[in-house]
Amino acid sequence: MPAIVVEGLERAFDEVFAVQGVDLAVDEGEIYGFLGPNGAGKTTTVRMLTTLLLPTGGRATVAGHDVVKEARAVRTSIGVALQEAALDPLMTGRELIRLQATLQGIPTAEGKRRADDLLERVDLAEAADRRVGDYSGGMQRRLDLAAALVHEPRVLFLDEPTTGLDPVSRKTIWEEVRALNDEGTTVFLTTQYLEEADQLADNVGIIDSGRIVAEGTPESLKAEIGNPHIQLTLDEGSIARAEEVCGGIGKLLPPKDGRTVLVEVENGAADIPQVVRALDEAGIAVESLELVRPTLDDVFVEKTGYHLEQEEEESPEGEPVEA
Amino acid sequence: MNSLATNLRVVRALGMRSIRQTFRRPQLMAPIIVFPTLLLAIQTGGAGSAINLPGFPPVQSFLQFMLAGAMMQSLMLAGNSGGIALAVDIEMGFTDRLFAAPISRFTIVLGRLAGTAALGLFAALWFLAIGLIFGAEIESGVPGALIAIALVTTCALAVGGIGAAIALRTGSASVVQGLFPLVLVVLFISTAFFPQDLMIEPAKTIAEYNPLSFVVDGIRDPMISGISGSETLDAVLAIAGIAALGLVLSARALRHRVRTG
Repeated sequence: MPAIVVEGLERAFDEVFAVQGVDLAVDEGEIYGFLGPNGAGKTTTVRMLTTLLLPTGGRATVAGHDVVKEARAVRTSIGVALQEAALDPLMTGRELIRLQATLQGIPTAEGKRRADDLLERVDLAEAADRRVGDYSGGMQRRLDLAAALVHEPRVLFLDEPTTGLDPVSRKTIWEEVRALNDEGTTVFLTTQYLEEADQLADNVGIIDSGRIVAEGTPESLKAEIGNPHIQLTLDEGSIARAEEVCGGIGKLLPPKDGRTVLVEVENGAADIPQVVRALDEAGIAVESLELVRPTLDDVFVEKTGYHLEQEEEESPEGEPVEA
Repeated sequence: MNSLATNLRVVRALGMRSIRQTFRRPQLMAPIIVFPTLLLAIQTGGAGSAINLPGFPPVQSFLQFMLAGAMMQSLMLAGNSGGIALAVDIEMGFTDRLFAAPISRFTIVLGRLAGTAALGLFAALWFLAIGLIFGAEIESGVPGALIAIALVTTCALAVGGIGAAIALRTGSASVVQGLFPLVLVVLFISTAFFPQDLMIEPAKTIAEYNPLSFVVDGIRDPMISGISGSETLDAVLAIAGIAALGLVLSARALRHRVRTG
């Protein structure tokens, strides 16, 4: 039985559609990666699935319950850790988890026991009586995750759980997500990090401008793209000429920056000598060359025409706004 | 555990959080205790001979008269601070955590109001203690003190409802904070700090119909004279009116927030 079923889900703010006709299904015990840039509609979708926002069209069920008609039953079945960990900096970690247990209707003594266990699990036992405002970003995310788990939910929603974290903290969260999934928890994970989706997700949905543009396992999506590409780093003055030369060998892909040329080749490593020779004959010096296997970024480029990570760098903070 | 018991546990837990939050954030605590205490000290120290003015009600001391006003100021600012704290919760996303829990969403408002009522109780006890320490007598004794405490506590809850409604509707702490001067204006055109007979028009007429005057007179009456059934009843009715308005506005604002996300 699917843990999440979404059919034609829509959300409009005045005349603007943040989510338009999203369909997806997440099986029980699966990690579903919901990948897209800022403003793509990820958070709006999660807010509708967690009953925090009413859809303006379509329908969705979570853990078998309709998100509009059976909202309270949905809320009993889900754990939620939203973007920018929504924590009270004046509370201690222990107070927060105990409050969360009370909110979930767990008796006081049991709530205390679970709080102790969870704080131990996310390695915050020693910091449990410190105020959350004194925690590092990674500690706050781990606490947020622990709070979402206090009632042992069937479905866990994680909205960009590692955004802004350092690599070590990110890895810790990944390990915890994998462990939870091994215990049978279904995880719906939104992310703007390609690697995160690739590493964690059984299935990936790519959303752009409120629509799902691709869906499947990371491997199947990459297989759709097919060929690897060669990434060349060159002097800026040589780019136009290099594109002309490489365009005769393979298909040019949109460049990541002003110093790279990406050329898709059919035979992988076997095509490298041909590219090197052609550039040498044209008198173009190559600073570096790398053969890159298809990634989810390539899938993203194929489906949207631009790089996800480049988009992130170019997007001014806080814009566009997601509800 | 039944649903009512669960909801009561949630209200208590959120009320406790609200109290802790206020004591841990000086900018929420200062308006409730520090400002009214300073104003009380300045007014009683500087205008104590006002009690000799013709038309001033018979009182033992200006401090005895002013205690009710200080309590009223404190509870009004407790309601305002409760609204600010709720708006901060909305701004930082903490209310999403509460909205995503399987509880009646109105318990979120009730939890905040329970905390505000507890702060009202604290304020009543604080100013009664100050009054007693500095020689003010409670003319109607313990029963009068209990009436004053009950009125201050319930009025804090009622005013908190309006603060919560504004917080839920706007979701902006700065908007709720911006009402701070308005709270003082409404308070100054009541009988909180001046006897109505000494006011000039139009303040005198406004004060006559200002619901806060009914409440403050109900608090003051047992302190400066005896317990009067009519003054107490008027105060209870005024508080009930403010509470009804606050709860209706809060419920509507909550519905709007849930609908629009």
